[in-house]
Amino acid sequence: MKEDLNFFDYWAYENRPKIEWPNGAKVAFWVAPNIEFYELDPPQNPQRKPWPQPHPALAGYGIRDYGNRVGHMRQMALLEKYGIRGSISLSVALCEHHPEIIELCKERDWEFFSHGIYNTRYSYGMDEAQERAMILDSIETIYKHTGQKCAGYLAPALSHTEHTLDLFAEAGSELFGDDAGFYTCDLFHDDQPTPVRVRNGKRFISMPYSLEMNDTIVYAVNKVEPRQYGTMLKRHFDRLYAEGEQSGTVMCIPTHNYQVSCPHRMKAFEEALDYITSHEDVWVATGREIAQYYLENYYDAALEDIARKQEA
Amino acid sequence: MALDKSYLEYPKRAYGHDHDFYDWSMLTDRPKVNWPDDKKLAVWINTTLEFYPLNQRNIPFKTPNGMTMPYPDLRHFSLREYGNRVGIFRLLEAYKKFDVTSTFAINTHLAEKNPYLLNRLLKEDSEILCHGWNMDHLHYGGQDIEEERELVNKSVSRLRELSGQAVRGWLSPAKNQSENTMALLAENNIDYCCDWINDDMPYLFKTARGNLHVMPLSTEIEDQFVLNNNLHSEDSWAEQVIDAFDYLLKEAGEQGGRLFALNLHPWLVGQPHRISSVEKVLAHIMSSDEIWQVTASDILDSFCGQS
Repeated sequence: MKEDLNFFDYWAYENRPKIEWPNGAKVAFWVAPNIEFYELDPPQNPQRKPWPQPHPALAGYGIRDYGNRVGHMRQMALLEKYGIRGSISLSVALCEHHPEIIELCKERDWEFFSHGIYNTRYSYGMDEAQERAMILDSIETIYKHTGQKCAGYLAPALSHTEHTLDLFAEAGSELFGDDAGFYTCDLFHDDQPTPVRVRNGKRFISMPYSLEMNDTIVYAVNKVEPRQYGTMLKRHFDRLYAEGEQSGTVMCIPTHNYQVSCPHRMKAFEEALDYITSHEDVWVATGREIAQYYLENYYDAALEDIARKQEA
Repeated sequence: MALDKSYLEYPKRAYGHDHDFYDWSMLTDRPKVNWPDDKKLAVWINTTLEFYPLNQRNIPFKTPNGMTMPYPDLRHFSLREYGNRVGIFRLLEAYKKFDVTSTFAINTHLAEKNPYLLNRLLKEDSEILCHGWNMDHLHYGGQDIEEERELVNKSVSRLRELSGQAVRGWLSPAKNQSENTMALLAENNIDYCCDWINDDMPYLFKTARGNLHVMPLSTEIEDQFVLNNNLHSEDSWAEQVIDAFDYLLKEAGEQGGRLFALNLHPWLVGQPHRISSVEKVLAHIMSSDEIWQVTASDILDSFCGQS
């Protein structure tokens, strides 16, 4: 184990080169629905148990199955109502298990990025060859079923190894050059995109994805009341919108069809989406669109600024 | 270091679920269901009556909401008993006031121990469901099938005897099951089980010993989950239940019949400071003329009559 994997240098939030989003937007806003498949009886990983009870673990499995059977259509309709195209963090085996969902999202021109094969298969304990094979499989599966060259990664169940980000960048390059594998959602250190150092030297960034606004963290870990989640989302947005005057910020709402789409939580989520999208200077986009815009316009300036400040 | 190569093999990566218990379909892709009299939302209210033994064995895990202190844990033992002797009567009062027909899921051991309570519930002219033997007899993965067969059989047959009712429904203690539970329920002619919470409508569940239905009894809005697990306030609980009800009613209006299922525990919401929240929820629900508020069996029979 290492003290730090050195993906990024320290880079203070103040006095950075100014980011200007298209049409003068202050906040680039994206919603990342995690569309996940959990196995009822997955193989055991030596470092993390998939379910708390012996098979069959109905409680955890059932509500996640609910997300696909019932929740998905609710969230999709809601995002559509507010003109939001989802950027899907996808358990890619869902392409085989539930192709109906993939088809509906494809029709709406949503983005698909890799969230591993199943959310019950963790990266912990994989050697490099295994993790590379798993990541290649995920990018290839997305391409085969959607025609998209996977730009982003969120490790399955946020399970990482020391080389996860390197392997994702390399797998993207191997399959599609610079068109795939150029952003990660696995790092939570910033409210703006930032360069990430990967082994093959590729232009690669971290996209703000926000664990704090992630509905599963909010509801299942922090056990927040639904209306309070709505309030948190609005406050989070208000601050990033105000700061976006100085330099463009990014707000992401990571969601799950088995959390926000439950009948007792839809109202608070809808109110927050209505509030956010009713502001004029918001760029409603996908993860890939924001990442590409940043790479084309601000990545080089960021690298220079970071290097300069390391010397200071 | 590497994982066993089977960790990267996916033998069930194919269309549908990764098991054969029930068919995959999205709720919106199924034929529209119409409840009697053109009512939009079927409302099922269930009251759960439980016996938590003092000498809890914790097999294979600690019984949720059971004893937590060294033996004898009188605080939890008596606080759970509170529901059966005090709390339930506040709930019955509220049901009467708002003209609610609740079903009653009861541990068979409790029905046997407290004939007064069982007889009182039977006077409600509603439906009794079997809630297993008691809260310290969990059904669990790895349980010996003969042991579980005897447990299911004893719980169901004894409750049928005591209640004189058909006892068509089953709710496992802690909604926990083994891989055989559903087949054993089918063996005992149970028509529906409330443990699988993955839908907002009933659906067919297949076992080698016959088929039965799942009647999903929502966990997410039940008192125990919201108040005891999430530690939300009573006010927030009432708000969440009402938000869920309003949402499902609206969805039912647009997409066809839906099921709203609310589970209540007298030891929890039968407390003096919580009963007004139950009344608030019931007042809201029962003021709608678009709902069909009946027993679980009535809902299931109407559903099966259309599919």
